[in-house]
Amino acid sequence: MTATTTSARSDLTELGRSETALRTFLHGLPGVDQVGAEQRAAQLGTRSIKTTAKAEAIDLAIRMVDLTTLEGADTPGKVRALAAKALRPDPADPSCPHVGAVCVYPSMVPHVAEVLRGSGVHLASVATAFPSGQAPLEIKLADVRAAVEAGADEIDMVINRGAFLAGRYSEVYDEIVATKEACGNAHLKVILETGELATYDNVRRASWLAMLAGGDFIKTSTGKVPVAATLPVTLVMLEAVRDFRAATGRQVGVKPAGGIKTTKDAIKYLVMVNETVGADWLSPDWFRFGASSLLNDLLMQRTKLTTGVYAGPDYFTLD
Amino acid sequence: MSERVAVRKTYKLFIGGKFPRSESGRSYLVQSANVSLASRKDARDAVVAARAAVKGWAGATAYNRGQILYRVAEMLEGRREQFVALGLPADEVDAAIDRWVWYAGWSDKLSQVYGGANPVAGPYFNLSAPEPTGVVAAVAPEEPALLGLVSVIAPAIVSGNTVVVAASPVAPLAAVTLAEVLATSDLPGGVVNILTGRLAETVPTLAAHMDVNAIDLTGVADAELAADLEIRAAENLKRVLRPAPADHDWHADPGITRMTTLLETKTVWHPKGV
Repeated sequence: MTATTTSARSDLTELGRSETALRTFLHGLPGVDQVGAEQRAAQLGTRSIKTTAKAEAIDLAIRMVDLTTLEGADTPGKVRALAAKALRPDPADPSCPHVGAVCVYPSMVPHVAEVLRGSGVHLASVATAFPSGQAPLEIKLADVRAAVEAGADEIDMVINRGAFLAGRYSEVYDEIVATKEACGNAHLKVILETGELATYDNVRRASWLAMLAGGDFIKTSTGKVPVAATLPVTLVMLEAVRDFRAATGRQVGVKPAGGIKTTKDAIKYLVMVNETVGADWLSPDWFRFGASSLLNDLLMQRTKLTTGVYAGPDYFTLD
Repeated sequence: MSERVAVRKTYKLFIGGKFPRSESGRSYLVQSANVSLASRKDARDAVVAARAAVKGWAGATAYNRGQILYRVAEMLEGRREQFVALGLPADEVDAAIDRWVWYAGWSDKLSQVYGGANPVAGPYFNLSAPEPTGVVAAVAPEEPALLGLVSVIAPAIVSGNTVVVAASPVAPLAAVTLAEVLATSDLPGGVVNILTGRLAETVPTLAAHMDVNAIDLTGVADAELAADLEIRAAENLKRVLRPAPADHDWHADPGITRMTTLLETKTVWHPKGV
């Protein structure tokens, strides 16, 4: 990690100009100690968070949820219902905070925008030929512009994993830069799809590449491949955003997505954020959970804390 | 050659088809053995396991459920001596096996006896069919340890419910040994979950749990606790089986009330004629 802190700020902004410079920089990043990262993640997962701390963690986690539906079977009615749930996750309890954002496909953005307008809940849309990212650049950019025009204020793009794995870093970099430009004022989340990157070293490189190219958030996964967010992968990404801020002064957010289903899992992530990058990132502006079923578990745990009685899924909406 | 040291058994809980220790790590000394002392969280975990098993068990055919329950009786018969060695009277063990077989036979007969066609004044078939209520929490009586336990578990699961049962706190070894029988009888994991320990610790949690559909208070001897449990159960309208009277004869014909209390009746109207 020391290699990054020694880089001068001016060097980093120049990197994107040449394939060689980019490759030299990315391959010069220190390798990830796989055993160490996994052990550290497992160790942080053993912390016990109870009573008032747990109540605070649950409310924070609810505010960090990107309530997501990315199905071929999504309908305007379904996404409107989901948006209503985002505004008032627990209708029985007005003290329950709203979620961070709703995340849908571009064609569903207008329907969600109607519901969320003026509420403070962000509207995220996946774009750039999600989930594979295998489409010509013009089509990906048109996808992004359409989503932004329809009212999305956050765009979740996928990187071109084929190009990344083949070592064509400039191509990936240029695509992110172009997408960022197409986003205008919308926030750009860059999905690395870590399940397809094979090694932690690649995750670290992809994280840096996405941040150098201007991503506002780095996100683990699409949720469409078998291996989604894991604690060690998120740890590597958190280290990357920490080092990136130390090197450039710019703060980038992190979003683990996919496979986070229980309150226990969510709290493990929050512990890891606090211990790795500190309280600066413990806010919905800098850390999000991409999830759908997680919210109901958070609500059930919240109900347990307020009523003292274990809640059941029959009393929460199906979505 | 040195004398052989016998291997002593650790008596653990039975949750989701597995034998975990109590999440709390506690145990208590009873019947000259260390037995897990279940906590609230163990009760919660057991409900999660029971809920997960409902779909498969309730969805299995009545014939299939019956076959599995007969298989349990076969395994019980094979372990007869083991139960007797725990200090249970031989006639109680025999009665427990017979009771199990008796309930197993009900699996494909219950809906015929308790459901059927209803006469209606119109051109419709009107049919009522009993369906399992879902997750049942049950408190086994203190005595008889095995016959009483079988008499609360079998009527709950024969119709497709899954059950979380709090075993007799004073004689839990029969329950843990029964768990070993169930684990080797093709019974899907989670259909029966057994908690050992203090009733006052686990049962109120089960009675208040919103994801439990019915509670069987048979083994609750303390009238005050029973009343408190019924009040807790009212929150989500659980079906309730009241505590058994102290002089209840467990060897007598049990009747079908224990089964029918844990059912929901579904009635369908279907047009006929045309």
